[in-house]
Amino acid sequence: MYKIIQKVALNPTVTKMVIEAPLIAKKAQPGQFIIVRPFEDSERIPLTVAGYDRAAGTVDIIFQIVGGTTMELNSLNEGDCVHDFVGPLGRATETEGLKKVCVVGGGVGCAIALPVARKLHEQGCVVHSVVGFRSKDLLILEDEFRACSDELRVMTDDGSYGTKGVVTAALEELINAGNQYDLVITIGPLIMMKFVVKTCQKYGLKSIVSMNPIMIDGTGMCGGCRLTVGGQTKFACVDGPDFDGDLVDFDEAMARGTMYRPFEAHAREAACNLLKMEVK
Amino acid sequence: MAFNMDPKKCPMPTQDPNVRNKNFEEVALGYTAEMAINEAKRCIHCKNKPCQSGCPVGIDIPGFIEKVAEGDFEAAYQVIHKDSSLPAICGRVCPQESQCEGKCTRGIKNEPVGIGRLERFVADWHRENVHTPPVVPASNGHKVAVIGAGPAGLTAAGDLAKMGYKVTVYEALHVAGGVLMYGIPEFRLPKAIVQQEIDGLKKMGVDFECNMVIGKVLTIDELMGEYGYEAVFVGSGAGLPRFMNIPGESLKGVYSANEFLTRSNLMKAYLPTSKTPIHVGKAVAVVGGGNVAMDAARSALRLGAEKVYIVYRRSMNELPARKEEVEHAEEEGIIFKTLCNPVEILPDDNGFVRAITCIEMELGEPDASGRRRPIEKPGSEFTMEVDTVIMSLGTSPNPLIRSTTPGLETNKHGCIVTASDAGDTSREGVYAGGDAVTGAATVIKAMGAGKAAAKAIDEYIKAKA
Repeated sequence: MYKIIQKVALNPTVTKMVIEAPLIAKKAQPGQFIIVRPFEDSERIPLTVAGYDRAAGTVDIIFQIVGGTTMELNSLNEGDCVHDFVGPLGRATETEGLKKVCVVGGGVGCAIALPVARKLHEQGCVVHSVVGFRSKDLLILEDEFRACSDELRVMTDDGSYGTKGVVTAALEELINAGNQYDLVITIGPLIMMKFVVKTCQKYGLKSIVSMNPIMIDGTGMCGGCRLTVGGQTKFACVDGPDFDGDLVDFDEAMARGTMYRPFEAHAREAACNLLKMEVK
Repeated sequence: MAFNMDPKKCPMPTQDPNVRNKNFEEVALGYTAEMAINEAKRCIHCKNKPCQSGCPVGIDIPGFIEKVAEGDFEAAYQVIHKDSSLPAICGRVCPQESQCEGKCTRGIKNEPVGIGRLERFVADWHRENVHTPPVVPASNGHKVAVIGAGPAGLTAAGDLAKMGYKVTVYEALHVAGGVLMYGIPEFRLPKAIVQQEIDGLKKMGVDFECNMVIGKVLTIDELMGEYGYEAVFVGSGAGLPRFMNIPGESLKGVYSANEFLTRSNLMKAYLPTSKTPIHVGKAVAVVGGGNVAMDAARSALRLGAEKVYIVYRRSMNELPARKEEVEHAEEEGIIFKTLCNPVEILPDDNGFVRAITCIEMELGEPDASGRRRPIEKPGSEFTMEVDTVIMSLGTSPNPLIRSTTPGLETNKHGCIVTASDAGDTSREGVYAGGDAVTGAATVIKAMGAGKAAAKAIDEYIKAKA
């Protein structure tokens, strides 16, 4: 059992939790993930390490409430425990030798992008960040990004905050302003990452994407998270989750991501009803 | 005492095939006390005990059977327990026909003694009737870590605990048991029985640390350094599934057998209340012919598939699965499509599996494994309508341990290299056994390796002290 030390609502649908897990806190690196089961009968879901405090022995997770399991997780409060918390899993983001990088985050993906941006900044790398949200009320981590970015662009789809538009528009503007990036690191919805990679290709820039397929064990024993990368089958949980953006088959990944959609809709409804009953 | 000279084994009662193929309850129901005593009397107590030499953990088989024949079931249990900590499991899943029962003298002319069934009876009887806690052995003050709570690790842990070692088992998943929990289905091995065997080890003082992925959260060097373990046993198995690399393998509805069985067994997706989803269509093709393929096929049938095919590239004679499992599968209505191999999986408009194209095979000369090599018949491609495909082509060791343990020698298949059957690796104090060394094999071979390594670890630590 792993105690929830702190719980903060970052916006109406995104929650941050600080979890007591000293062994994981000691080893975690930006880009790695953990597997969580809120309760004894819950599904196993992957969540990326959003931060860690090695001295305090805690690991941060930030999650969007999108379905049954994230609703279960969000029903827990400070002082409660999550039943299982496994990690750190996957490979860390490779940051060595980078001099100037653009980090592009979308929605809750910004929570994953933040520790990478922070690590690059601490290494003395010049960090430009582009973060995108649907609207102002979904904005998260702006101050945190500002603290570790040499330049920050905030985009909203509806223009309710920052600049109206998508993240690729801001990225193109930065490139056109003469910024030469060693690498573009992008984390967010698959469709966003696909278009960030396309934009990078247009300018001959290298890109790294953090993939988010369906996972069960997260240790390489089932292949549920497999992706086609450069024509080869890779397991995102052990070979990734970071991959070379130019090599990933995004269309296949997007198709695989929808496999359990009807089941998930049902689970979400069931969890909703259950939580409503508890409120009464 | 009079021997029972019946040429045949006392049959094991089983659930009716047309009832059991719709539920996940255990297929084989076990002997009654009368059946067990009667079967035990078929043992003629050979002096040289060939059966014992066929048992990978060397149980005194005539010794325990004699006690069963006398009706002293607890004494029989104590005889088995000296050599095996997990008899309720072995009695159910061992391929006895190629081990103890394969060597039974009665089996030369007639059917061998039902050793596995008797072992199972004794273990079940003990579990249901004896509730005195096991004797906790006196501590010898030494610490050993076991990596992986599958059959190899559980056996090594049990044996070391009996010798007085303080043992901690590190397990990556949220429950201990390895393949006994995530792989073998409930209808062959009830999980409550596995859990009780594990609880028995806990009562003997073995500690279990779940959710611990060794190689990630801790390394072997840390276990042997700051954590103070004097020896480590690696029983991390061979969990990495193989795929065929044919077109369409990434479609929705294509599973590895490991994923399908993990969802069904470990995450309980077979229960309507489970929060973990599983996709089972109307027609399912399971590619492969081993025990895992049989488990996946029989699970798919129970999950509601109307037609389940085993697609295997050799013939019925070469199926690597246990004969009993193949018979059970056939009785339940699994359709065997032998001498054919998939070449492509075809999609529907929504990116799910619609059909599978196979090519017919014929058998040529025997290959290195002694089995006749399958050869494709040109132009014989045909298409089967299926909406789920489960790949059961075998597994390899997971790279996590070898990639994080400097100096640990592995071969080109990723298996840990051991100097002898005792499991000593290229790293001093690090022992290994089970599928991590051999690649995918059987539960009992893993138990045998765990037992041999426990003995070697004991000798190593005593020699050092």
